[in-house]
Amino acid sequence: MKKLLLGNFAVARGCYEAGVKVATAYPGTPSTEITEAIAQYDEIYCEWAPNEKVALEVAIGAAIYGRRAICSMKHVGLNVAADPLFTASYTGVNAGLLIAVADDPGMHSSQNEQDTRNIAKAAKVPVLEPSDSQECIDFVKIGFEMSEKFDTPVILRLTTRIAHSQSVVEEGQREEVKFEYKKDIQKYVMMPAMARPRHEFVERRLKSLKEFSETIGINKVEQGTEKMAFIASGIAYQYVKEAYPDAWVLKLGMVWPLPERLIKDFCSRFEKVYVVEELDPFLEENIKAMGINNIVGKEIFKLTGEYSPSFIKKAVENKEVELPYKVKQTLPPRLPVLCPGCPHRGIFYVLSRLKDVVITGDIGCYTLGALSPFNAMDSCVCMGASIGMAHGISNASDKNQKVIAVIGDSTFVHSGITGIIDAVYNGSDILVMILDNSTTGMTGHQDHPATGYTIKGEQTYKLDLMSLCRALGCVAVEEVNPYKIKENVVKIKQLLDLPGVKVVIAKAPCRLHRRHKFTISKRYIDFEKCKNCRLCLSLGCPAISLKDKPTIDTNLCLACGMCEDVCKFGAISSQKEQ
Amino acid sequence: MKKNINILIVGVGGQGNILFSKILGDVLLNVGYDVKISEVHGMAQRGGSVVTYVKAGEKVFSPLVDRAEADYILAFEKLEALRWLEYLKNNGILIYSDYEIPPLSVITGAYEYPDVEKILQTVGVKACRVEVKKLLSQLGNSRVQNTLMLGFFSRFLDIDEALFKKSIERNVKKEFIEINLKAFELGRRIEMCEVEK
Ligand code: SF4
Ligand code: SF4
Repeated sequence: MKKLLLGNFAVARGCYEAGVKVATAYPGTPSTEITEAIAQYDEIYCEWAPNEKVALEVAIGAAIYGRRAICSMKHVGLNVAADPLFTASYTGVNAGLLIAVADDPGMHSSQNEQDTRNIAKAAKVPVLEPSDSQECIDFVKIGFEMSEKFDTPVILRLTTRIAHSQSVVEEGQREEVKFEYKKDIQKYVMMPAMARPRHEFVERRLKSLKEFSETIGINKVEQGTEKMAFIASGIAYQYVKEAYPDAWVLKLGMVWPLPERLIKDFCSRFEKVYVVEELDPFLEENIKAMGINNIVGKEIFKLTGEYSPSFIKKAVENKEVELPYKVKQTLPPRLPVLCPGCPHRGIFYVLSRLKDVVITGDIGCYTLGALSPFNAMDSCVCMGASIGMAHGISNASDKNQKVIAVIGDSTFVHSGITGIIDAVYNGSDILVMILDNSTTGMTGHQDHPATGYTIKGEQTYKLDLMSLCRALGCVAVEEVNPYKIKENVVKIKQLLDLPGVKVVIAKAPCRLHRRHKFTISKRYIDFEKCKNCRLCLSLGCPAISLKDKPTIDTNLCLACGMCEDVCKFGAISSQKEQ
Repeated sequence: MKKNINILIVGVGGQGNILFSKILGDVLLNVGYDVKISEVHGMAQRGGSVVTYVKAGEKVFSPLVDRAEADYILAFEKLEALRWLEYLKNNGILIYSDYEIPPLSVITGAYEYPDVEKILQTVGVKACRVEVKKLLSQLGNSRVQNTLMLGFFSRFLDIDEALFKKSIERNVKKEFIEINLKAFELGRRIEMCEVEK
């Protein structure tokens, strides 16, 4: 039966059909749903790992043992997993190992726009790139076969518009696949003496993969009727087909290593060939390195952001689209905000009131604390960076700069722990605030080792952050309720003055999490008592807006009570005025 | 040959764009279209401006709807209707909810919430306004604006009502099917606006 399937769900379906046994990941938009969807299949062992490096190591173990394994992550996650990846390229696999990596052109939800193909090339592993959901299913299967045939991890590169768009697929049956495990230290123990011959192997493998790419069916020429020619893969292929349905297209399903003869032959037939690829000129540079010079690429197509059919048309024909309806005035921007009732709001409200503090931030919902009305964050670099940076700033300053690192619970487990170890070890004076909402909020509420639940929703050992931080050597570790604004102002100021590494765990579950039930008593503003001082507006709660005086939209209010704590005139309560 | 239909669903993160497009895409697939849907996740979910694309046709390549290409824009929030208006093709139809969610830039007083009706008039676009607020309070549930709008929009497509209902049953969590069907029917019964077809 035909059905619509999200690209990520299709990758999961492909894994199911390919007989995958182990699936691992750390959540990261736009890759998260792959692993969530796999968790629905009882045949596959599935887990959230604390970070991508661990996730990949688990998958490598499974593959070497002889069971097909997939590890999924977003592009920046591959940086974290780069260490095991580069050596897994040497050890090779036994059963297939697929690494699904989702890039994010346009940075819909990422801190940079890096192009995974570069890392794959550096690690000398092949890359497949599907262009719709059906290909997601098909390429997963091809990927596993390639992985086993050539003894290599295979990267399945997705981009946001593949991972997060739905197109039509036809589903198939599961086939069980199993390989014998054989101890083989020459292959799996990468100490110098054994790694040297494996490097030779990797280079030979790359050669045979190159040969293979010439004949693999997913690299193919689509005949056109016009004398116009393109080389494209992934979503860029779809944009080209929509913009120029009658052009010739060399569609590359395998984008590394590249089929040199096929490309040379294709390019020799045309005066000019457009290479269309989002992000880096990866195909372009590698094609130019083959000595082919009649290609047009980044001199007309941009290096940043997403493409679209009309963007390609505009670049090729150099003309603008006409817009029939245009609004002339500037509209109020609508940036993302912390949700109504979000516990992080209380902490950022407090932080925004501190003077002379540098606040290093991290990756998660709470990155929004950097925006108005709080403006309570000075940096955001990568997962776990807040603590190391805070330590760096504290030691770089010669005037005893007060520094606060803000990090979420999931991010702390991902890569904040080692930062604390460093800060304690090197005698830092920083305050670390773990905003513990007991979930991975930004990516849609995934569990992690400190929530006490597995990806399948089963209960498991719950990492205790309080005792962990004590064990790491922090001088003070305290838990606070983020909704108690007045109390927390005092507490945080006190702790800031203590020497050493201090930790405040601001603990309250994410208001949107299905697991936590809240007693709802929505807040109302009594206009009689309200002095229109508008202090409550500085909370930035989307439920509170200004009519004549501040008003609360009870459709949006999630009854956290924080505004009640902020109002100095007792105008806000759960009593509806009569 | 099936005519191409490009639809933009715009609103504020958390308003149910994705469910709307899922149900609609499912219906279009069932009447024989090739369909693609593209959605936005992550940061934009947290109360930011969001857009979802639904495309149907004989064969659909790109999942994106470009500027000046949408046959319909469905806006779940008034201001967002203006923000995405450039995406409407000539003579396309805008269907928008009267629901207002002031963005933070308005709450903090940096901007004013614009007079949407007036601007739409000056731009001269074919627009239908749906009195969602009133209808939702009739239903006693503010979370079903998306299916209510779907009910109204379904009349623009020449597709059997029953197919929509079946798709709602397939795509909505069990406990919420009934209220969503109610909202759909309420939307479907709204008096048609002047720009109908
Ligand atoms: S903080 Fe209290 S008195 Fe001030 S505007 Fe808000 S409700 Fe009115
Ligand atoms: S209106 Fe007040 S009680 Fe309701 S969510 Fe916002 S801050 Fe919390």
